[in-house]
Amino acid sequence: MSALEILLWVVLPYVSLAIFIGGHIWRYKYDKFGWTTRSSQLYERKLLRWGSPLFHFGILAALIGHVAGLGIPKSWTDAVGISEAMYHAMAVGIGAIAGFCTLAGLAILIYRRRTVGPVFSATTKNDKFMYVFLTVTILTGLTNTVLGALPDHVGYRETVSPWFRSIFYFNPQAELMADAALGFKVHAVSALLLFAIWPFTRLVHVFSAPLGYFTRPYIVYRSRDQHLGNRATPRGWDRVGGPRS
Amino acid sequence: MRVMAQMGMVMNLDKCIGCHTCSVTCKQAWTNRSGVEYVWFNNVETRPGQGYPRTYEDQEKWKGGWQVGRNGKLQLRTGSRLKRLLQIFSSPKMPSIQEYYEPWTYDYETLTNAPLQEHTPVAQPRSLLTNEPMNIEWSANWDDNLGGAPELTQQDPVLQKISAEIKEKFEQTYMFYLPRICEHCINPSCAASCPSGAIYKREEDGIVLVDQDRCRGWRQCVTGCPYKKVYFNHRTGKAEKCTFCFPRVEVGIPTVCSETCVGRLRYIGIVLYDADRVLEAASTPDDQDLYMAQRSIILDPHDPQVIRAAEQAGISRDWIESAQRSPIYSLITRFEVALPLHPEYRTMPMVWYIPPLSPVVDALTDTGHDGEDAGNIFGAIESLRIPVEYLAELFAAGDTNLVTGVLKKLGAMRAYMRDLNLGRPADESIATAVGMTGQDIQDMHRLLAIAKYDERYVIPQIHAEQGPRQEEFDSGCSLDYDDGPGMGGWGPFGEASGGTTPIAVENFHMLAARQTADTMAAPGDKAQRVNLLNWDGKGAPEGLFPDRAEDDGVGSDSPAVTEPKP
Repeated sequence: MSALEILLWVVLPYVSLAIFIGGHIWRYKYDKFGWTTRSSQLYERKLLRWGSPLFHFGILAALIGHVAGLGIPKSWTDAVGISEAMYHAMAVGIGAIAGFCTLAGLAILIYRRRTVGPVFSATTKNDKFMYVFLTVTILTGLTNTVLGALPDHVGYRETVSPWFRSIFYFNPQAELMADAALGFKVHAVSALLLFAIWPFTRLVHVFSAPLGYFTRPYIVYRSRDQHLGNRATPRGWDRVGGPRS
Repeated sequence: MRVMAQMGMVMNLDKCIGCHTCSVTCKQAWTNRSGVEYVWFNNVETRPGQGYPRTYEDQEKWKGGWQVGRNGKLQLRTGSRLKRLLQIFSSPKMPSIQEYYEPWTYDYETLTNAPLQEHTPVAQPRSLLTNEPMNIEWSANWDDNLGGAPELTQQDPVLQKISAEIKEKFEQTYMFYLPRICEHCINPSCAASCPSGAIYKREEDGIVLVDQDRCRGWRQCVTGCPYKKVYFNHRTGKAEKCTFCFPRVEVGIPTVCSETCVGRLRYIGIVLYDADRVLEAASTPDDQDLYMAQRSIILDPHDPQVIRAAEQAGISRDWIESAQRSPIYSLITRFEVALPLHPEYRTMPMVWYIPPLSPVVDALTDTGHDGEDAGNIFGAIESLRIPVEYLAELFAAGDTNLVTGVLKKLGAMRAYMRDLNLGRPADESIATAVGMTGQDIQDMHRLLAIAKYDERYVIPQIHAEQGPRQEEFDSGCSLDYDDGPGMGGWGPFGEASGGTTPIAVENFHMLAARQTADTMAAPGDKAQRVNLLNWDGKGAPEGLFPDRAEDDGVGSDSPAVTEPKP
């Protein structure tokens, strides 16, 4: 194994994972105010109406596909009797639909960002930088899925998937990745880089998916006493029975 | 019974002259920032008119507020929670900037930088969103004073609900002003729409606020609010709304819009309500019963049972006393002249309005009748220039009897008080005709016509023992007791030592001093000064100029001997 392979398939994943987790904690602690979708819907509605749901639902489907493809070992699916052909057809079929939806959505959104004046003005350098990694990752991912439909395709379930899981066992098997097709390698590297910049971009809004909405009461009551003003409660002024800070 | 206190406001529309002072001062205080250029927490609409944002009252289109579902249960008009979350990526019912207006500035620099040319240079409007030159086609009050009527006004959703016959009365134009702030609803649909739970209602005073640290910019609140009083800050990506000036209200000072209202038409106070019965009241099947349903959850602060329950709920004695003296409680429950704006939205709004009566007296006088005679007024109310049907759509879900009843009370007050002012015996039959007593009418007249600052604004303060927790007192100086060194005097280490006195506290003391002083201003040497208003411009009377030093003497060019030039 070359040093480059160690770097790409052992060092980069851990560095990227560390930045991803640590970065989110840091960002949440120090920039709650900046933690937002930064929606541009106010400026423009018609293109967004198509582009945004296409992109978001597409990428959510792709996320589920990744969890299934990378997270579930081949032995498990074999055990429940899903044949290779069945699995492959499903993965390529659903993956391609999700991928094309995502790409179409992304194309509409990027077109919108470039052509609609106010949206373009509201686009930061940070956004543009992030879009490069996001686009490359989506494009390579979709290419891999489409190429996977060809008869002589190279699978990922015996190379990429075990490598991906091995990272989380803290027993990284870089040699597995060395055998993977080039497309998967590019996709993996761009994704790892995307994860490394993730906490510092607007993508943090993924982690505020409002699932708590289903269980909370409609009207939220809050006492003004919990935290007042911009400053913490001065020492010695804590209420009786209140939290110790 | 779970007693909660709710801060509320009543506006007397008869007094609104549409000067927009409230809007401008509010904007200066809260929304003169980048990202909220288009936002007016307080705006004044001319009615009939499309409002701001355009046609916001058309809930068929914008889906704001609540409705009673087929199963009789209260639900948001936008549908179920799941449906809203599925639409989160494009939020289809949210108004775009064009419905508000595209904010702009002018290219003022051209005026000073333009090269010499034949024509005067012009400062072109430039969009604040793109910085490009733009055409100004709409603004927050584009149809102010019926500008663009009747074409623009015909799109008023309220006007479209009433009969064609009344629409035709446009020939005899009618209008009035409707100042609007956030309603700080008892059953806020913006809070219910927020996926993040960032919008909350304060337990102490019911003020509805957005937690800026928890808002994630899902924009559902903008759709959820039927009054469209939650705005999206397009720079920060967060929702913002009227705060009822809570840093001021907490120290007992009225909101900026109320403080600066030249017509003094706003009243602020608290009411106590039964939080356990809110859902039941908001689920009342018939829209026209919602007014009474909301009235029914407002509790009588004089009732010993209510007082006991309030104390058990942790509401302090001075808050209960404030509720007893509350001007809005009197206007809503005792005199029954204030009505909620669009009760049919089922959010239980807490900014109420006394509908305008104005043109009736003049209109009657013009026809040769005695405009303030009780009989004439009562007869004329239903043929007012501001059609009762229109007011009813705004304030009573279309129930014209309710509005007529209020207008009759206002008319009766004029007739009754006229007799008193002219030294004639009071005619109790006028009061009885509208279900009041003479004393009621006199009290109402006092509140509507005379009430001073401390009667219009009965705002209980946050407690002294919570001092350092208060928004504006958070410096928490231990020397800030009455006449202590912290109260504007010297700190322990000389002048200006220690923390600064919060501006609101300074203003509060200044205002109190001005209201209790005998004169407008009383400098020490006032008696020796010349009142320039009385000076005829000839000569220089003693005291016009300050004394000169002795050795200077009075020369030939002394002002005392100079004749003014013709």
